[in-house]
Amino acid sequence: MSRTAGSLLLLALVAAAALSLLLPWQLLGALFEQDHALAAALLLELRVPRTGLALIYGATLGASGAAVQALFANPLASPDLTGTTSGAALGAVVTAYLFGFSAPIALSVGSVAGALGALALLLALAGPRAETATLLLAGLAISALAGAMTTLALALAPSPFAFYDAYDWLMGSLVDRSLAQLAFAAVPALVTIALLLRLAGPLDRLALGEEVAQSLGHNILALRLQIVCLTAFGVGACVAICGAIGFIGLVAPIFARRLTRGHPGRAVLAAALIGALLLTAADLAARLAPLGRTLPIGVVTALLGAPFFLWLVAHMRWSLRP
Amino acid sequence: MTALVEAKALSLPGRLFNVDLQLGAGQLVCLVGPNGSGKTSLLHALAGIGAPSGQVTIDGIDPGSVGPAGRPALLTFLPASRDLRWPLVARDLIALGGGHWLAEEFELEPLLDRRVDRLSTGERSRVLLARALAPRPKLLLLDEPSANLDPLWQIRLMDILRSELNGSGRAALVAIHDLDTAARHADRILVMDCGRIAAEGLDGSHVAQIFGVERLGGQWRAAVIPPEDRRSSP
Repeated sequence: MSRTAGSLLLLALVAAAALSLLLPWQLLGALFEQDHALAAALLLELRVPRTGLALIYGATLGASGAAVQALFANPLASPDLTGTTSGAALGAVVTAYLFGFSAPIALSVGSVAGALGALALLLALAGPRAETATLLLAGLAISALAGAMTTLALALAPSPFAFYDAYDWLMGSLVDRSLAQLAFAAVPALVTIALLLRLAGPLDRLALGEEVAQSLGHNILALRLQIVCLTAFGVGACVAICGAIGFIGLVAPIFARRLTRGHPGRAVLAAALIGALLLTAADLAARLAPLGRTLPIGVVTALLGAPFFLWLVAHMRWSLRP
Repeated sequence: MTALVEAKALSLPGRLFNVDLQLGAGQLVCLVGPNGSGKTSLLHALAGIGAPSGQVTIDGIDPGSVGPAGRPALLTFLPASRDLRWPLVARDLIALGGGHWLAEEFELEPLLDRRVDRLSTGERSRVLLARALAPRPKLLLLDEPSANLDPLWQIRLMDILRSELNGSGRAALVAIHDLDTAARHADRILVMDCGRIAAEGLDGSHVAQIFGVERLGGQWRAAVIPPEDRRSSP
């Protein structure tokens, strides 16, 4: 990533975060004139967690997507298309509604376990160097299975309100989260991103082929294991708090590689920044859309991401990989 | 004089059996053998691919003890497959391997800013060869380096290898199918069969036995040897 592109990206990110904190302004502005303390509390208790979660979750999806794409050598591998997010959602739902543990830490553990299970299943089904079709089919099967089991878990839940309760969260939502919840997502997510960034070099050299990477002293098995565990850890922790949000993990790395001359490993950092920017912008759009109510964020990313995905599939060739 | 490269009891389960090997500094050693005789396996084992057992030292150093930062100075490996997992620009691909350019030797200038997946297989081979040679490793392991190269580049490749190795204190082990090229350019020829080094040199009856070919009137012909007598069993 060139210095100019990096600076512009950071600038856009800061601008998006500032807008996310301040918009819509009418209510907040009026409140600031009347009751300063209340306005500050509102900003801190409502807007900061929301903006923070958008940044953190977006960055995690971007970085994880880039790492998974580099690992599978496939531009269509991403946490949502490979079933990782659905697995995480299933894990959280089972923990909360069947086992009845609703503490944030229990949800996180359940979610990470679900994500790990989905990724393990994917590796077993599709193999470590799956072709696009195999990877997508396996991911589709895992997503469908996890989705059905999530619905089943909710149907079997003792609480009659389970469906209604879980609906907003399942669609992906950043609204009404507390600072504590932000911390529960942010700490694992930041650890994940930091550790994924350390793998940028090996992931770049993996582009030379597994044999060459091994001859250069890289342990491919260990690399694969690290990426699977890290991705499950970061994405799982975010899903536990905000539900499943799609397409950011697919789109951000594809844009990111435009900035890194196609280097898949170096793209991890750029994808984290772009992912954070995209999710913050999508959240702003969800908030400001003139529909009378706030749209679930997952709906916005799917509405914007799905056409992009269709276009990508339609043009799926080597030429689209960087 | 101690050898530059020394391998003892090198094995890969089911593919390579207790190979001992010594390569001297400056040597260009060709590895010949029929399909499936273990040429690639021996290169893999020396490069540390696929968890080989046995000992390898290069200039007294165990390459397994050297991390990714120092490894390219010790050994590099060119796989037989010219397929790439990821479409990088040629310049970036060579840079990922580390080391110094050989753009001039391989006439890469017109190729450097093109994506490797859009090059012809032969052009890509030159880029990948440059990647393997660029770090100027002590031990160069090349698997079928002249496959896909046109006649001119087949000759040039051997010239480049020779001038890279001369007086450099480095060695190359090159798996190759063309027995004539091996005979013309190599300092030594190792003949592999059934996962072992079966012989050294191309003279003698072992060529007919191992390869099932013989020289008749200056040309290689299929030898009249029944298949069951062709190879020794492992």
